[in-house]
Amino acid sequence: METVTINHTGYHIKRGKIRGITPLTAMEKMFEIELPGGDALDHDPGQFVEVSLFGVGEAPISICSSPTRRDNFELTVRAAGRLTEALHQLQVGDEVGIRGPFGVGFPIVPLEGNDILLIAGGLGIAPLRSLINFVIDNRRDFGKVDILLGCRDPQSMLFCEELAYWEERIDINFCCSVDRAAPDWAGNIGVITSLIPGVTLDPLKTFSVVCGPPVMYRFVVDELLQKGIPEKQIYLSLERHMKCGLGKCGHCQIHDVYCCQDGPVFSYDVVKQIKGAI
Amino acid sequence: MNQTLLPKTRLDDFIRFLSARQKVIAPVSLGNNQYKFDEVSSLDEISLHYIPTILPPKKYYMPQHETLLKYDVSKGQEMEAVVEVEELVLFGVHTCDLAGIQCLNMVFSDRPKDLHYLIRKNYLTLIGLECNDYCDSYANCAMLRNHLPKGGHDLFFTELADCYYVHVNTHRGDELVEKSGLFDEMNTQAEGELAELRTRKKERFKSEVAIRYQDIPRLFDETFESPVWEDVGNRCLACGNCTNVCPTCYCFDVMDEPDLDLTKGRRIRVWDSCQHEVFAKVAGGESFREERKDRKRHRFNRKFKYPVDRYRRIFCTGCGRCSRTCMAKIDLKETINALMEERE
Repeated sequence: METVTINHTGYHIKRGKIRGITPLTAMEKMFEIELPGGDALDHDPGQFVEVSLFGVGEAPISICSSPTRRDNFELTVRAAGRLTEALHQLQVGDEVGIRGPFGVGFPIVPLEGNDILLIAGGLGIAPLRSLINFVIDNRRDFGKVDILLGCRDPQSMLFCEELAYWEERIDINFCCSVDRAAPDWAGNIGVITSLIPGVTLDPLKTFSVVCGPPVMYRFVVDELLQKGIPEKQIYLSLERHMKCGLGKCGHCQIHDVYCCQDGPVFSYDVVKQIKGAI
Repeated sequence: MNQTLLPKTRLDDFIRFLSARQKVIAPVSLGNNQYKFDEVSSLDEISLHYIPTILPPKKYYMPQHETLLKYDVSKGQEMEAVVEVEELVLFGVHTCDLAGIQCLNMVFSDRPKDLHYLIRKNYLTLIGLECNDYCDSYANCAMLRNHLPKGGHDLFFTELADCYYVHVNTHRGDELVEKSGLFDEMNTQAEGELAELRTRKKERFKSEVAIRYQDIPRLFDETFESPVWEDVGNRCLACGNCTNVCPTCYCFDVMDEPDLDLTKGRRIRVWDSCQHEVFAKVAGGESFREERKDRKRHRFNRKFKYPVDRYRRIFCTGCGRCSRTCMAKIDLKETINALMEERE
């Protein structure tokens, strides 16, 4: 057996340097990562990267920063598996391997000029944050902007300072709800779907982007359809285990669809055709 | 394309000629009517009349264990991408397995290309061997039209009475013919014998299931919710044998293999199976094909339906390995028959 060195392969990693670590909750940390030479990642909101630590492995992580904020990019990581737990042990200045960005992100062009309703559940706010900040940085290009956020409890809420800022802005309607909270909680209590009927919208002019745990989708989509938003104008980001990111390994496959290449973002009229996708 | 003849008496010389140049891989007997592809250096080691080997030749194209990157973390995340290659001649590959290799070629050359596969593939020479009759009752090659050669080889051998009829398909194949100096001119008698054999095969090889090739994908479309999957799922042991032995199953896992000092190591690719429960699991613990029937149905659809949409080709080669190896006796032909009955 002979070994040939190649300098171009899909498994090649870029050496990213951790420039900042922000603890968000007991489970989640946000990492700011710089690529060699300060290169931009050049991603679309909603895309993901494969983050790697040699000796531990690789995991797909969605990008939570907007490409409009150029220098570095950010990842929100929940310590949920081997790789993510190892990431939580790292310090500023440590290196991680980066492959990507991969996949089809949130639609930007169809959203422009239209009203948008962004809905996040739990950790789904991380990928959606890339789109929210993109919209904020190009605010003139979009119509009315509504953001709905649902969390398990106030303690699990991510990006609290930013949420407060979104709430303050006059050009964004931000609304959030928690499933349960202590009696001193002043905000809404209830599942995310309870917020949807209260949104005033022009359904044919509204595009909705939904990002959250798999169980949330069916209920949220039902509510959106109730509101009269056409299926083609509802976008969902599907969570699967994108192992190789190259449309080969089969882990993220739903029927004939490879989430890592064909998705993870799909419009509902497409998702509806994929039996068992949500 | 040229044709040439190799007298049977010179086959051993040809194998020795090949093995003097590089490793030769051919079917060898393991006893109990089981065979495997393994290294040989002369004809007497080879089983020319064999039923499909336990593992298909995919193991040379996509090894069970393959290094993708070599890493060194002593100074950060340093790496070097590598391809493990070895010059090999694969001799005696049946048409079903040639079809399997063609399927893998499509997958790995589809963008984004897999260079590890594509570079290794060029180190391999393929010499096919025609099946003059059925290997056993598990095969369903005629249904997939893989009982006749459809390319994908450098040379292709067909056994006649006293000689092998050899189709020369590539420059690489022609070089072997020329350099060995063992081959004879084509003659009309051999032409006649081949035509006769093919006529006989036409009579013998009939679609093993009463369905036309072009109707197969629709059958799977229409039986997605069929109770047949329930029954198959109940019997399935989720062992993953069917995916291991399948010539077109290519799902894999990527993991790291550190050296004992934990600074250097390799990022490797190993075979994986969609039949295992953890295969489609995500970090939160949710599994998207939790039931065995979902996974079984997924595998069947990944042979007969999904690749037709993506690659315009059915990914079952008809080799029969999955049925032959299944401990729960889940039979591919029976399953398709059950689906057809169900639909009616």
